[in-house]
Amino acid sequence: MNTAAVSTGLSSLSLSQRLIAAALALFLGLTLLVGTGFAGDFRLHNGAHDTRHAMGFPCH
Amino acid sequence: MFRNLFFAALVAALCAGLATSAFQAWRVTPLIFAAEAYEGGEDVHEHDAEVSADATAVAAEAHAHDEDEWAPQDGLERTAFTLVSNLLMAAGYALIIGAVSLAFNLPITFATGLYWGVAGFAAFSLAPALGLPPGMPGMPVADTLARQVWWFGAAISTGAAFILVARIRAPWALAVAVALVLLPQFIAAPLAPTDPSDVPPRLTAEFVAVVLYNSAIFWVVLGLVFGWFNDYLARRPATLPNGVKA
Repeated sequence: MNTAAVSTGLSSLSLSQRLIAAALALFLGLTLLVGTGFAGDFRLHNGAHDTRHAMGFPCH
Repeated sequence: MFRNLFFAALVAALCAGLATSAFQAWRVTPLIFAAEAYEGGEDVHEHDAEVSADATAVAAEAHAHDEDEWAPQDGLERTAFTLVSNLLMAAGYALIIGAVSLAFNLPITFATGLYWGVAGFAAFSLAPALGLPPGMPGMPVADTLARQVWWFGAAISTGAAFILVARIRAPWALAVAVALVLLPQFIAAPLAPTDPSDVPPRLTAEFVAVVLYNSAIFWVVLGLVFGWFNDYLARRPATLPNGVKA
């Protein structure tokens, strides 16, 4: 029932609506991921240093 | 509907970010601190060798420069920065799987949440770790950009395999998925130099296990809470028809 409700919610949207929302979410998500896990800037790197090591991101 | 998905992503990120922060404080951070003690020891060696080789002198200088850079103070400040970056990282991953859910019409529910968690763990932790085992500070590593590129390649290829089998239940899709999982592992990951490290092997081995365990907790919590909250929002009568506001 729950699954049906959520999937109805998803499929009731048009493809273009879904893709626009997906692109927006992906852009935001990648920005956050790159900012915390991959940024070269030393302030971002040092601030998120322990997170990087703890999650197995490539670090120094 | 979009609002619901973003909201569920943020709630999931909050829970998963707090869960990983707790586990990190307990098992990961102590190892990082232990390794940093050895990293400090390594610097002394570098300075001793400075006289002998130009290259080493440059490296030592670069390292000395690194130490002048801003970094959060050990203690409360460092813990706070780690907590915030864990939460932001969690929000990043939550939005990424939310985007995959939207783009490929694969709902995240409590029933499928564990699959999402396992797939996220496999794509973003397990597959990259096979080529680039999680390392502690002070361990010799290959070029960072090359490692990051390989890491992303492994994550995307492995993630694509899960999306493919979730969408298409056919033997050919399964075969392509297996190929996508194997592909990055046959492309050699940047190899770390075999310089001797002062970090004891026991710590190194323990760290790999701890990081994978940490990621597993993170991903399972992220997937399950995301799904549970999606279900919860979908059940609310006001949002059932078209995501109309109450």
